[in-house]
Amino acid sequence: MNITPQTLSLTALGKQLRSGALTSRRLIETHLDSVQRFNPSINAIVSIDADRALAQADHWDQQFALGRSLPALAGIPIAVKDNLCTKSGTTTCGSRMLRDFHSPYDAHVIEKLHEHGAILFGKTNLDEFAMGGSTETSIFGPSHNPWDPDRTCGGSSGGSAAAVAAGLVPASLGTDTGGSIRQPAAFCGVCGLKPTYGRVSRWGLVSYASSLDVAGVFAHSVEDLAIVLQAIAGHDPRDSTCLPHEVPDYLSTIDQSSVRQTENIRSTRIGVIRDQIESPGLDEQVRRSLKDAIETYRKLGAQIVDIEMPHSKYCIATYYIIAPCEASSNLARYDGVHYGFRSKGPEASTLDRMIQQTRSEGFGPEVRRRILLGTYALSAGYYDAYYLQALRVRRLIRQDYDDAFAQVDALLGPTTPQPAFRLGEKINDPIQLYLQDLFTVGANLAGVPALSIPIAQSSDRLPIGMQLQAPPLGEAKLLAIAAAYHRSVEHQPTIPAAFQAPQS
Amino acid sequence: MINSAADYRIVIGLEVHVQLKTQTKLFCRCSTRFGQPPNSQVCPVCLGLPGALPVLNAHAIELACRAGAALNSQLADFTKWDRKNYFYPDLPKGYQTSQYDLPICSAGHVDIPIAPSVNQPESQNVYKRIRLVRAHLEEDAGKSMHDEHSGRADSKIDLNRAGTPLLEIVSEPDLSSAEEAKTFLSELRLLMVYLGISDGNMQEGSLRADANVNLHFAKEGQFIATPIVEVKNLNSFRSVERAIEFETARQYTEFLRTGLAKGQAPKQTRGWNDALGQTELQREKEEEADYRYFPCPDLVPVRLTDAQKQTAHEQSAATPSHYRMQLIDEHDLKSTDAEILIQQGKPVVEYFLHCIAAGANPKRMSAWMLQDVLRTLNDRSIGIELYPVSPKSMAQLLTAIESAKVDTSQAKQALAKLLEDPNLTVDAAIDSLGIVRVDANELESLCKELLAKNADVIDKVKAGNTKAVAALVGQAKKKNRNADPRSVQEICLKLIADMQ
Ligand SMILES: [Zn+2]
Repeated sequence: MNITPQTLSLTALGKQLRSGALTSRRLIETHLDSVQRFNPSINAIVSIDADRALAQADHWDQQFALGRSLPALAGIPIAVKDNLCTKSGTTTCGSRMLRDFHSPYDAHVIEKLHEHGAILFGKTNLDEFAMGGSTETSIFGPSHNPWDPDRTCGGSSGGSAAAVAAGLVPASLGTDTGGSIRQPAAFCGVCGLKPTYGRVSRWGLVSYASSLDVAGVFAHSVEDLAIVLQAIAGHDPRDSTCLPHEVPDYLSTIDQSSVRQTENIRSTRIGVIRDQIESPGLDEQVRRSLKDAIETYRKLGAQIVDIEMPHSKYCIATYYIIAPCEASSNLARYDGVHYGFRSKGPEASTLDRMIQQTRSEGFGPEVRRRILLGTYALSAGYYDAYYLQALRVRRLIRQDYDDAFAQVDALLGPTTPQPAFRLGEKINDPIQLYLQDLFTVGANLAGVPALSIPIAQSSDRLPIGMQLQAPPLGEAKLLAIAAAYHRSVEHQPTIPAAFQAPQS
Repeated sequence: MINSAADYRIVIGLEVHVQLKTQTKLFCRCSTRFGQPPNSQVCPVCLGLPGALPVLNAHAIELACRAGAALNSQLADFTKWDRKNYFYPDLPKGYQTSQYDLPICSAGHVDIPIAPSVNQPESQNVYKRIRLVRAHLEEDAGKSMHDEHSGRADSKIDLNRAGTPLLEIVSEPDLSSAEEAKTFLSELRLLMVYLGISDGNMQEGSLRADANVNLHFAKEGQFIATPIVEVKNLNSFRSVERAIEFETARQYTEFLRTGLAKGQAPKQTRGWNDALGQTELQREKEEEADYRYFPCPDLVPVRLTDAQKQTAHEQSAATPSHYRMQLIDEHDLKSTDAEILIQQGKPVVEYFLHCIAAGANPKRMSAWMLQDVLRTLNDRSIGIELYPVSPKSMAQLLTAIESAKVDTSQAKQALAKLLEDPNLTVDAAIDSLGIVRVDANELESLCKELLAKNADVIDKVKAGNTKAVAALVGQAKKKNRNADPRSVQEICLKLIADMQ
């Protein structure tokens, strides 16, 4: 079998596995082969337990043979970001600090994937502790964009995005703290969903910024996002911030009948954040593509409403106070005392020196930068001016969202200011890198669901993404609106030709 | 400059850590049982493993509310969790989850009994009100164990205790002697144990105190305060008392030597070395440590409902003071006797009250409790719940004395029988002593016989000394061992009266 965009649809795979046209073993073998051939060029997957995946495939094949009714993801390989704890293999967070760390437990989302039959197919590369927007700060080296290996696949969930874009897996899990799913999805030309904060349990998601972190999905279609979200969403008593609300049937709301779809989209009001579309920093090709998309929605009958988000200009500043403050505390546990890396150098002679040395050597420069930022901002004398002030602004940003969603069902705008930038281009300029989060951090600060779907390609054949955001717990509507667009423009998932080369 | 034994007073504030009596830890489901093998009661949460998240133990909130109600504190409508950030090997997350600016309990007070002054009647209890600043919930750290013998400063960490719920109760500096500090701690412990908030076991570290101590020297109508010293690691009543005594003496000498007042010398943290009986310098800092407190983003704030507060007040009614009043005012016990019972703990007091309810005379019962019951508990090293004689039997036994069925020494023999064989009825126990009721006529003729031989007793009684008949009791017993002493005395007195 050859991997093509068509062989990556979860619905199609499910049908084939159930009909016996395909075995899970064959599927896993194909993808293992694909990882072997293509992963070295993109460095998307950092570890994989092939034997375990094959054993699980055999288990599901037996079940299929028995004609049992099986869960939606039975026998299907899914990769997960390496900051999600898995009992099998290591959970490194892309850091020297946890390079050999074995978690004794599975994250909630991993349990849910297993429950729904998915086969854990490798851990994906990321910026160290999910801090970054280019997957360049990982101990495993940078991941590359399948559309142009000189360019970034985005970050921090870059490995998960690149793995799906290159067809190494049909779907993957990432985490999103300030845009870490949507930005790489846009750069890699795949669909990426960040659910409502608390819709998916954070149990086993290695904390970067607790009040912003959420696990989400990468796939080639909106339908596939819905299928995986269905599996991982829901209440978990082990996460106090996890929402108890019932999980709707996401797939059924993405109505397949075009008549209903038309009806639905006619009653939809889509808000366009003018400041974003007209932003001087926005790439012209991105701007044009978005304007086309808006026209498409207008033609579908949606009502387009201009929306003001007066505080959105403070999003980046607010995010880069709150996230580092929480990170400085969340990462304090990595001290070399109980587990993980411990400095053995001669300078680590006393306990205090050992802790200092461990943290200096175990963390990379970006993580150290954010820990220092956060430590500074929480210090006596600065707390009010930075942390408290950021919390106040965060409330205003949330208010902007509340006001917007009183008028519209969803917000439309760019995911990133421009298509994927070159590797090394911004890594030494933190401010430039932080500005990549301009359009995405708002959803994290407000806790609302947001997704990015590919809408066009630039003249350099680089994917361009569109971001849609919805009110809290509005995933169903959000997915339906996104699906309506893709259906209307007859979007065909694509993977770069280089990754479709037939097996020799 | 003060250069002599000038007038000064001691100013003490206590911070007391009370371990709450929950089955599980504050933010995970690990057991809080004491004395288990190291690191056997741990999980990803209390180990601080990557990705683990805390979930609040609701029982800890219930107990904290109960404590707050008992401490006359204001229970917060809204309380939250804050992270206290610092590095320490037995703190696996690199922060302690605590409460900073919105503690669960604010203000409050504890009234402690103090020795009555000369011009007050001795029977009356005198109380001093110790105000509280606050009480907040926090998680305990683990325990570092330093192996001194291995020769390579090997340290081991036991995280069984990490995450155990503590209530930190902070007093105002209202305590003015080592004795008062000890009484405060003891009263606090009693309160926590009576209300089921803590097991109060000092040996197991369920109650630990830090003391802030300084001296105020009077000088020309004003006072000079010496630098405040925080004394840590006070794990027994005795160490609280000794440490404060040591520290006041040390500060006194220090002040006379240096003359440095508060603000002129850095704040010291000193540890109490129980073996050497001295405080030792641990830290000396110009400025306060910066713990960078901020709200814990992994936990949600707690809103206390009126119903929760109501429950807390209901559950905090049975305080030691409540029982003290009952014993002294209702049952007319001497305050010293009542206090001995109170200090034995609620089950002993309850046993006493059950005996009273079953008909025992309170004063006699109190004497029996102090002399017999407590001695048996002590001899057998058991709690009152294992005491073999039921309150009903005890009341029956004491009633038998009242009705002159047995005398006190016989009753004690009967009690000994009951202690040996709990299945025995009180009547059977008395019968087994071979006590036979002596016929009234027989007793009267015995008395006549005795009086005839003891003319001196008759003279004494006639002269007004009725107690003189007591001398006949022994002789009566010799003649008939079942003769009831009280009856013998009564009959003799009647016979003498009839002689006139
Ligand atoms: Zn635990």
